[in-house]
Amino acid sequence: MATGTDPRSATAAGVPAQGGVHHPSRATIPARHLRADRWWLAPAVTAAGLFAFVVYSTWRAFANDDYYAAPYVSPFYSPCIAQNCVPMKGGADWHVFGAWWGLSPALLILIFPLGFRLTCYYYRKAYYRGFWASPPACAVAEPHAKYTGETRFPLILQNVHRYFFYFAVIVAGILTYDTALGFRNARGEWGHMGLGTLVLLANIALIWAYTLSCHSCRHIVGGRIRTFSKHPVRYRMWGWVSALNARHMQLAWASLISVAVADFYVYLVASGVFDDPRFF
Amino acid sequence: MSYDAHFKVWRGDADGGSLVDYTVTVNEGEVVLDIIHRLQATEAADLAVRWNCKAGKCGSCSAEINGRPRLMCMTRMSLLDPAEPVVVTPMRAFPVVRDLVTDVSFNYAKAREVPSFVPPAGVGPGEYRMQQEDVGRSQEFRKCIECFLCQNTCHVVRDHEENKPVFAGPRFLMRVAELDMHPLDGAAEAGIDRKRGAQEDHGLGYCNITKCCTEVCPEHIKITDNALIPLKERAVDRKYDPLVWLGSKIRRRV
Amino acid sequence: MSRTAREAWDVVVVGAGGAGLRAAIEARERGMRCAVICKSLFGKAHTVMAEGGIAASMGNVNEGDNWQVHFRDTMRGGKFLNHWRMAELHAREAPDRVWELETWGAVFDRTRDGKISQRNFGGHEYPRLAHVGDRTGLELIRTLQQKIVSLQQEDHRETGDYESRLKVFQEYTVTRLLKAGADGDSAAGERIAGVFGYARESGRFFAIEAPSVVLATGGIGKSFKVTSNSWEYTGDGHALALLAGASLINMEFVQFHPTGMVWPPSVKGILVTESVRGDGGVLRNSDGRRFMFDYVPDVFKEKYAESEAEGDRWYQDPDNNRRPPELLPRDEVARAINSEVKAGRGSPHGGVFLDVSTRLPAEDIKRKLPSMHHQFKELADVDITAEPMEVGPTCHYVMGGVDVDPDTAAAVGVPGLFAAGEVAGGMHGSNRLGGNSLSDLLVFGRRAGLYAAEHAASFPGAGRPVVSEADLEAAEAEALRPFGAEGGDPAVSEELAENPYALHQELQQAMNDLVGIIRKGPEMEEALRRLTELRARSRRAGVEGHRQFNPGWHLALDLRNMLLVSECVARAALERTESRGGHTRDDHPAMDRRWRRLNLVCRLNGDSTEPGADPLLGRVRLERREMPPIRDDLLALFDKEELVKYLTDEELTS
Repeated sequence: MATGTDPRSATAAGVPAQGGVHHPSRATIPARHLRADRWWLAPAVTAAGLFAFVVYSTWRAFANDDYYAAPYVSPFYSPCIAQNCVPMKGGADWHVFGAWWGLSPALLILIFPLGFRLTCYYYRKAYYRGFWASPPACAVAEPHAKYTGETRFPLILQNVHRYFFYFAVIVAGILTYDTALGFRNARGEWGHMGLGTLVLLANIALIWAYTLSCHSCRHIVGGRIRTFSKHPVRYRMWGWVSALNARHMQLAWASLISVAVADFYVYLVASGVFDDPRFF
Repeated sequence: MSYDAHFKVWRGDADGGSLVDYTVTVNEGEVVLDIIHRLQATEAADLAVRWNCKAGKCGSCSAEINGRPRLMCMTRMSLLDPAEPVVVTPMRAFPVVRDLVTDVSFNYAKAREVPSFVPPAGVGPGEYRMQQEDVGRSQEFRKCIECFLCQNTCHVVRDHEENKPVFAGPRFLMRVAELDMHPLDGAAEAGIDRKRGAQEDHGLGYCNITKCCTEVCPEHIKITDNALIPLKERAVDRKYDPLVWLGSKIRRRV
Repeated sequence: MSRTAREAWDVVVVGAGGAGLRAAIEARERGMRCAVICKSLFGKAHTVMAEGGIAASMGNVNEGDNWQVHFRDTMRGGKFLNHWRMAELHAREAPDRVWELETWGAVFDRTRDGKISQRNFGGHEYPRLAHVGDRTGLELIRTLQQKIVSLQQEDHRETGDYESRLKVFQEYTVTRLLKAGADGDSAAGERIAGVFGYARESGRFFAIEAPSVVLATGGIGKSFKVTSNSWEYTGDGHALALLAGASLINMEFVQFHPTGMVWPPSVKGILVTESVRGDGGVLRNSDGRRFMFDYVPDVFKEKYAESEAEGDRWYQDPDNNRRPPELLPRDEVARAINSEVKAGRGSPHGGVFLDVSTRLPAEDIKRKLPSMHHQFKELADVDITAEPMEVGPTCHYVMGGVDVDPDTAAAVGVPGLFAAGEVAGGMHGSNRLGGNSLSDLLVFGRRAGLYAAEHAASFPGAGRPVVSEADLEAAEAEALRPFGAEGGDPAVSEELAENPYALHQELQQAMNDLVGIIRKGPEMEEALRRLTELRARSRRAGVEGHRQFNPGWHLALDLRNMLLVSECVARAALERTESRGGHTRDDHPAMDRRWRRLNLVCRLNGDSTEPGADPLLGRVRLERREMPPIRDDLLALFDKEELVKYLTDEELTS
């Protein structure tokens, strides 16, 4: 007597244990999905947005020009750690890499924010869905014959997200320093504020919000604790991070755009398209 | 207020089947399950469907409506376009039994593979003391009504039958998280490592956090953000944290 | 030769709700091999619908609480018709049953000092209901389900088979209890020998031989049109017990929960938890008046607030104020709502207003009543944090049930048969208090499992009752009748087949209109006439298709049970010429102390135990039976003035 708790064998009647919604045990429905709404819109917009950013950032990262317009430095080029960096007054230009480094100094540092975002739990969802169609949308069959998720190389490396988070905190700290320097004028005197200052300020606020809303941060701050009541301070911090974390997707996009905008603003000023409007 | 709706309901069994057209009256305030019941009472007495409470509390009437995994009792007709046909099919990740009824035994088998709550040693009945903030996380997961819509929509098994043996699915990974976050669970003392188990026994690594489980959850449990990702982070603590790894290596030597 | 598959187990539990699962856990822990049979999937039982909590006098919130106070409240709520011994056992054992759940992984809401939090509820003197938000039933069923899984894991470690000692047959329906003589000879037909039924999925028949059967099938609400009960509540256990020769008591007492949803029509009857009122919600009529102040009956006058101000103060300071009358026992509130609507002061959709939006901040409502918020948002498009709900009475619970021994839960007259939970009668008297149901399930579920295990253990090996081939064939024939030709009954198949869905709707309408919340003699006589007619027609209930997961067939078989149980309800309600608890007679509006001592016992007519008996004959008969006197130390818990309202003078003097 079979009870409902005995699973049927997937390989019954010699059928190979393969296939998804068209597996012979399942309801015979020829369509891969029956969604009537515009399910493709979200992954398409995601893919387009990410693609646009990749194109823009590749151009700017390799450009190796127009990234400093005193007192503002593009977030793509900070900290600047090669000898070929333009000198920045009081800025984070430490010549760790010698003259042998001939490429854009951005490439040295962008690894970290790139890695942080590439392994971010939100971006993973975004590009798995948008670029890899795994799955393209909920209840829409994916085109791949095999799937092992994040169990093997290379995707098992997604587990290093936490270490990128640590680096991201350092980078965010340096960008905060850069933003502070935005309150000095081109001659290095305090008491300046221009539109660029505001742009950097908005950017660093969003960068921090995105960084702190990270799932790894949430875990480290308090999520790993089993008994919150024994750690009231960390519990409260966990509550704050959790509130931010609920907006992780929005913050991911907002900070991605703000980084590009900040860079583009510096580019425009540095390349002389217009002068930074000063408030005081 | 009433109108005639065009329904396409999948009829059939394990040997095959197809969408069958029905025209059926819809009244104000009705849900999809009401329409299915009307079909049963009028023109399809043997239309097979599971349902119990009709109030979104038992999780029996899971199906796919216009291709989206949903509870039939919680899908109001007013949300659907009266001009378009309403397509109702059984869940497509599980073997079909008949009409809208599927064989969900996969889930019961997976439930048995998760080590149960281990009562803490030396704490008798009536002596449990836990603060509300300590039980909040587990309580969210215990809201689960086991409708298995998350299991159904998860592409890991929906699109890859061959992954069923190695992947517990969002519902039961969430169960692992629930127990791992229970302030008094004595698993560790009993030699059970739930964090490691999530990864090694229940296939946590297969999850690529694409969040469909969260999207379809009728209880609005944040499965991905609050259970699966924290569980992944806990597994990182165990397996991918070099300091922890080094520490355990040294300890093993000594 | 029958085609039925047979298995042998020690204890069979019919029903996998709170009582059934608790019984199964107990029987298994006592070393018996236990099979659980349920109509739905494992974990979907109607227990999940319980919202408010589990009543247990743990005294976590108010230290004044103890089992005596709980006992007193229970007796008052049931208008002293409760079997005192059951009420006593229930009140004494409930705390242990709740604490035990924690050791199985239940996660209740907490007090500040980390104990299980307890909330106020109608009829309970102190905050007493252990709860998890407003989804306590779900927590209970899930905890028991997970405990069963953990026992299965133990068995798996030992035997390599999860189901070697505890097996859940999900989506199986029992249609007959099988009996056999004490010496294994079926002719005598004395004691329980097993169960017969079909697998819903395949339609195949099965029989399980076992010396002990525990009925835990729940209630009968699906015989009524407006009900909070699910399709499973077709009175299966009540009918199975009757057909096996057991008796039912108190069947006239049906609880109408005061607050069910009234709109939209498709969800009419779905429950709105009493916790809404326990946490501060108030009832208003269309004039905006809190009408419950006008409906406090004399027996409760001293216990309830006389002004809105006093009632409101009680939520903060319960020691110096009396509770608001919204928290009267359910029967009182349901009748009051009924009267307001009849007097033309109802809400637009024929209910009254239940308002929590002006009483609590939105955040508190969402935290304390999450599933109500969700339910109204999703089903009625009403935001309960901003506007009142519309509510009205809905059939919720049957106090009556199988006549059982209070200590052992053994059905009177049928050795080997046990009953626990809603299917058992006596515990709640004429009206059940909110929260006493979940505790009832646990207390008497455990006892049923314990004594069923003991009974089974007294039949080692060969001496067990054996199921006869003839009984199996008769049960098969009965189950196949709806398929007409297959049943081989020419008298049935020649006439036009009836649609089982139509019959069911007519039954629900008749019971709702004629044996509903307010009853009249002539209406109930009319109900009995209609039931007779429906019974005759139900024998022609025909179905199309085949036996594999065929809901039309399932319903056709359930009709037998609903009709049988409905007849008991109608007959008993006609007989009891007074109003008490869940039984309100328009033509006998007062409570009568002489009726307090009497139980109405419902039995099958001697000549109709066989499926083929004349359908036109009334199938049940009633007897009056005197209740055992309440033990002195328990009576001493009440004031003399209070007892005078319930007990006759001679009872008081003796």
